[in-house]
Amino acid sequence: MPNPQDRSPMISLRGITKSFPGVLANDHIDLDIFSSEIHALLGENGAGKSTLMKILFGFYRADAGEIRLSGKPISIRSPRDARSARIGMVFQDLNLIPAFTVAENIALFLPNLKVVLNPQEIDNRINEISKQYGLAVNPRALVSQLSIGEQQKVEILKLLLSDARLLILDEPTRVLAPHEVEALFGVLDNLRKDGYAIVLITHKMKEVLQCADRITVLRSGRVAGTLLRSEATEEKLVKLMFEKALSGLKITESKRDESSKPILELRGIETRAEGAGVTLKGIDLQVRSGEIVGVAGVSGNGQKELCDVVLGMTTCVRGEKYLFEQNLTNRSVGAMRRKGVGFIPENPLAMASIPFMTVLENMALPHTWRYARYGGFAIDWKSLKEDIQKTEKQLGFSVNFYAIAKSLSGGNLQRMVILREMTHDPHLIIASYLTRGLDMQSAIAARQALIQARERGAGILFISEDLEELFMLSDRLLVLYGGRFVGEFKPSETNIYEVGHLMTGSKVEHVG
Amino acid sequence: MNLLSILGVFSSAIFSGTSLLYTTLGEVIGERSGIVNLGLEGVLLVSASSGFAVTVITGNPYIGVLVAVIIGGLMNMILGYLIIHRKANQLASGLALMFFGFGLSALIGKSYVGAKINALPRIALPGLENLPKLYSSLLSFDILIYTAIPVAFLVWWLLFRTRWGLGLRAVGENADTAYASGRDPRLIRYQALFLNGLLAGLGAAHLSIAYTMTWTEYMTAGRGFIAVALVIFSRWHPLRAIVGALLFSGAVAFQLLLQSSGVQVSPFLLDTIPYVLTVLVLIAWGGNRRHSAPASLGRVYHGTE
Repeated sequence: MPNPQDRSPMISLRGITKSFPGVLANDHIDLDIFSSEIHALLGENGAGKSTLMKILFGFYRADAGEIRLSGKPISIRSPRDARSARIGMVFQDLNLIPAFTVAENIALFLPNLKVVLNPQEIDNRINEISKQYGLAVNPRALVSQLSIGEQQKVEILKLLLSDARLLILDEPTRVLAPHEVEALFGVLDNLRKDGYAIVLITHKMKEVLQCADRITVLRSGRVAGTLLRSEATEEKLVKLMFEKALSGLKITESKRDESSKPILELRGIETRAEGAGVTLKGIDLQVRSGEIVGVAGVSGNGQKELCDVVLGMTTCVRGEKYLFEQNLTNRSVGAMRRKGVGFIPENPLAMASIPFMTVLENMALPHTWRYARYGGFAIDWKSLKEDIQKTEKQLGFSVNFYAIAKSLSGGNLQRMVILREMTHDPHLIIASYLTRGLDMQSAIAARQALIQARERGAGILFISEDLEELFMLSDRLLVLYGGRFVGEFKPSETNIYEVGHLMTGSKVEHVG
Repeated sequence: MNLLSILGVFSSAIFSGTSLLYTTLGEVIGERSGIVNLGLEGVLLVSASSGFAVTVITGNPYIGVLVAVIIGGLMNMILGYLIIHRKANQLASGLALMFFGFGLSALIGKSYVGAKINALPRIALPGLENLPKLYSSLLSFDILIYTAIPVAFLVWWLLFRTRWGLGLRAVGENADTAYASGRDPRLIRYQALFLNGLLAGLGAAHLSIAYTMTWTEYMTAGRGFIAVALVIFSRWHPLRAIVGALLFSGAVAFQLLLQSSGVQVSPFLLDTIPYVLTVLVLIAWGGNRRHSAPASLGRVYHGTE
C-alpha cells in the first residue's frame, strides 16, 4: 500500500453538521477517504456513523458543511447526485426488494439502463462481474428466496455494477456467520486492490483491526480520532470510543440443577407457517430454573416463531407445551403471562410498546389486571411506580416515567421493556435479540439484568445472532436452522466456527 | 337457452366489461406504484358526464372521448396532491374524491340527462358482415373494445419490460430503495396516478359514449370499486385483469339473462351474483401472500430529511 500521506483524498468531508429533532447527530465532522483503502468508521450506536454516510450518499441533507470530490466542492442533494459522483451505499437493513428478481434489483441501479429492458444483457453483465469477484448468484432468482448472505452479495454486485468507485457498507457483517464474514473481507480485499475506496461502518473492534487500513472513531457526533491500522490497538480504540471506562460484565456462576423439573418444556412442537414465515418442525426444548439457554441462528430461521409459540401468540399444529409441568399448549398469551413469563421481543418499538403512550402507561400494559382497582375503573399508578422503582434499584438503571415511548432512543426503550419484564420476578424470560441496536454500555446493563435473573432462579430462553454474546452468557447452546434445532452444545465444548456453519446449513470445514 | 341468448350474454359481457378492464388496468398501474385509489368511482362519473356533455355539444364522440380521458387524469391529480404532496391518508383522500365526483358529475350532467348523442360507431367483426342482422349487430363492436386487450398488453409491457416500469414497481415495493437508486418516488407516483386517471377516463368514455349512450346520475354503479377488487383478483397483473373483467361482466350479463328468462328467484338476489362472486374471489385470494400486493401499497411516502 502506498503511503497515503503522499496522495490526495478521493473524497473529503469538511465540517459536516446534521441535527435531528433533539439530537445533534453530526457535529462538524471532517473525514478524508482515499482510493485503494478500506476506511473503517468505528463507533457506538448513535455515534453518527450511519447519518454521516447517508449524508455523503445524499439520502439525508447536511445542515452545514462541504463535500469535495478530488478537491473540488460538489453538491450532493440526493442519491442521484451521489451516484453521478460514483458513490454507492449498502444500507444496514439491506434494501433489496424481495418481490423482485436479483436482476431486477440490480437493473434498478444500473447507470446506463436502456429504456426498454433487455434481460439477457443485464444477466450477462451480472455474470461477468460476479465471476470476477467470486460473488456467484443466480440473476433470475427471487430475492425473497435468498439467504441473508446471498443478499449481501447481491448488494455488493449492485454497487459494483452501478459504477460506484466509493462503496459504503453499513454494518455488513451484522447478519453474517463467521465464515461468511471472512469471505466478505476477502472480496473487499480484492476490491481494494482494484482501486476502490471502501468505507466500512461497524462497531466491532475485531473486524476493524482485521481488515481496515485507516480507522476513524466517532463519538457522540464528533470525530474522536483517526488512526492508521499500524498504530491502532484495541486499547487505543476503546479509549477513543468511550469517554468513561466501561464497567465490565459480572458473570456469576449459574445455579442450574440438571435433575430439577424444567420450567418450560416443549415436546415435538410443529407449526404451520403463513406467508413468508418459517415452519417449526420437531422442536424439543427444556429450560430449567437458573439456566440461560441460548438459541443461535441467522434471523429468519424460526426465532420469531419459536418466541410466538412459547408465548402463545401462534398455535402449534403438533406437539405439547408445558409450563411447570402443566399442559398449556395453545393457551392464550394471558394465561402464560399470569404464570410469570416475561418477554423481551426483538423490536421493542414495534412489538413491546405503544409508541404514543408514556413510559408509565406502557409499563402498566402487561399487568393491568394487577393494578386495576374498582373493577378496572381505576389504575393504581402509585403501586405500579413503586414496583418499577424497586426493579430499577435492582438493575441499576432507570427511565423517565413520563416520556412518550416514541421519543426514547433505542437504548432507553429497551431499558423500559427490560424493566417492565423483570418486575414481579418472572420465572421464565424469553429474550429475543436483547442487545440488538444497543450501545455497548446499554448492552452490558441488559446482559447483567439477565444474569441477575438467572441468579434469582429464573429460566431464560435467550435468542441472539451475536455468537460472542451467546458464548458468554449461555449455559447451553442450541442452533436453530430452517425451523429445526440442528445442534446442542455446552459453550465450552464447541467454537464459533462450528456453530456458524450449523447456523448457515453449510458443512463444517477447517478454517485456518 | 339458444345460440342467440348465449351470443347476447357474450356481447353484453364484452360491452360492459370494457370500461371495467380499462379502469382495472389503470388501477393496476396506480397500485403498482403503491397507491390505492378509492376515488375511482368519482373519477369515472366525472369523466363519463363531461365526455358525454362534450359529445352532445360538439356532436363528435372522439372529442368526447378525449375530454373524458383528460378529465380522468386531472381528477387523479387532485388525489395526487392530497396524498403525495400533503401526505394525507390514501383511503380517506380517495373516499373524499369519490364524493366530490358524485356531486360534480351530477352538476355537469344535469342538463344532458336523456340527451341523444352521436355514439362511437360500431364495426362488425371482419368476415361476419354477411350474418343475419340480429347476429351481426350483437357482434359489432366499437373501437375502444377492439383496443382494450392490446392496451392490457401495452400496460404489461410498460410495467415489466421498460425502465420506467421497473422504477414504478420499485416505488410500490420500497420507495426508499427507489429513491436510493436515483429516482424521485413522488414524481413516479404522480405519473402513475395520471396514467391511472387516463385509463379510467377511457373506461368512463366507453361507458357513456359507446355502450349506454346516455348519461344518468350514478350510472357507474360501483365500477370504480369493482375495479379495485379486480386488481386484487388479478393479483396486480395486467393480463390477469382481462380474465377478471370478463368474468365479472359475464356474471352480470348472465344474471340479466336469468332475470329475463323468468327464473323464479328474486331479481334482487340475482343482482347480487356478481358481487357475491367478487367476495368469493377475495376470500379465495385472501391469505395468499406470495406474488401478492406491492409491499408499500397504501403507505404514504415521507421522503428523507
